[in-house]
Amino acid sequence: MKNASFLSVVVAIVRKDFQAELRSRELLGSMGLFALLSILIFSFALELDRIARTEAISGVLWVTVVFASIIGLNRSMALERDNGNLDALLIAPIQRTAIYVGKLVGNFLFTLAIGLLLLPIMTVLYNVSLFNLWLIAILVMGTLGFTTLGTLLAAMTMQVRAREALLPIVMMPVVLPLLLSGVRASTGILNAAPQDDWLQWTSIVAVLDVIYLVMCFLLFEYVVEE
Amino acid sequence: MPLIETHALTKAYGWQPVLKKLDLSIERGEFVALLGPNGSGKSTLLRLIAGLSKPTAGTIRVGGWELPREAAAVRAQIGLVSHKPLLYDNLTAYENLLFFCRLYALDDHNGRIKRGLERVGLTKRSADLVRTYSRGMLQRLSIARALLHEPDVLLMDEPYTGLDVDAATTLDGLMREAHADGHTILMTTHELERAATLASRAVILSRGVISYDAAMTADIAACYVKVTEAASAK
Repeated sequence: MKNASFLSVVVAIVRKDFQAELRSRELLGSMGLFALLSILIFSFALELDRIARTEAISGVLWVTVVFASIIGLNRSMALERDNGNLDALLIAPIQRTAIYVGKLVGNFLFTLAIGLLLLPIMTVLYNVSLFNLWLIAILVMGTLGFTTLGTLLAAMTMQVRAREALLPIVMMPVVLPLLLSGVRASTGILNAAPQDDWLQWTSIVAVLDVIYLVMCFLLFEYVVEE
Repeated sequence: MPLIETHALTKAYGWQPVLKKLDLSIERGEFVALLGPNGSGKSTLLRLIAGLSKPTAGTIRVGGWELPREAAAVRAQIGLVSHKPLLYDNLTAYENLLFFCRLYALDDHNGRIKRGLERVGLTKRSADLVRTYSRGMLQRLSIARALLHEPDVLLMDEPYTGLDVDAATTLDGLMREAHADGHTILMTTHELERAATLASRAVILSRGVISYDAAMTADIAACYVKVTEAASAK
């Protein structure tokens, strides 16, 4: 029997996650509802102060996307935990890092979909256009960073009893440099600041993406071992 | 050469030893019932043989391949049925089996899935979501999944948990068929009478050591009580 290639395993896992999500809509439904409620609450809270609202918009966007992604990561890993499916994946003669990449791609695409969905809604609610290619590029890079880290941490916490509460506690301190850099870069873009001012923050997001990707890729096999 | 062989196999979680220098060899085609009280190390032994856990000390060989060094080769020879179904609720039976066909890089997906579903009597329900299945149907589908790649070894961890009498009887039949087809089966169970009718050999684990290893007999229940009581008294 020949072994499945890395890419074919990744594609199979992503396809399976999308098929399951199309049926249940559990993941996108809960992430989307949370994100919508979150930006609505921020919008009402900041309604009286127009300047504060404009200043806070990138922070609201990033915090909403990060917390929505945590909900998604917990649900995504629940899919592998509930029926013992992770064992079925681990017992297959495949590279374990392919399991990680497969789950990462799914989590990234689901979170990115929510992030992109927020842009038009926030444009209407906050009366500031968020349709900026640089902003979208940073959103994509940032989403890749925290879903990379979140997928690994969700795999670590999935066997723990208080996993839903534990994931944000474990994830937030590690993801903070990425979050801060993303917020600074987005604020600079939205305030039409000189490119040099926000480009360095964009570079930090890119460097953190690479560090997280390499680190998580190498660590996943050890995380799921026992 | 035995199909499964462990030598001085030891597994500890922290300071707590679960298996202590276990020597076990299983020949091709055997049906071994792995018995023992809760916490005796049965499931741990199965997980070690499946490559889902690493030994603290000692060696495991399956089909001549050594774990964990040649884990991919070992995993290709193993099918696992657990008390959990290891199936995705929001996929149909067909989609579940197709997913595992892809993971195992199997050819003739449709043919294999069709044969697998026929074997477990679920052809008519192949397009239904797994979440609509009863516990017995889940376990039958789980067997179809485990046999999809025609493994040499079938590891079964408490497969009768939660099954009603009819479902358990159906499962008996499927296991006999799998054994007759040449699969080597290692099954943990607490159902001694059932094990007596199915297995050709009984191994009783007690406190991480093998307390009994012999051909299966009709009075295995009496044997079991004697062996576990003696082990507890030590």
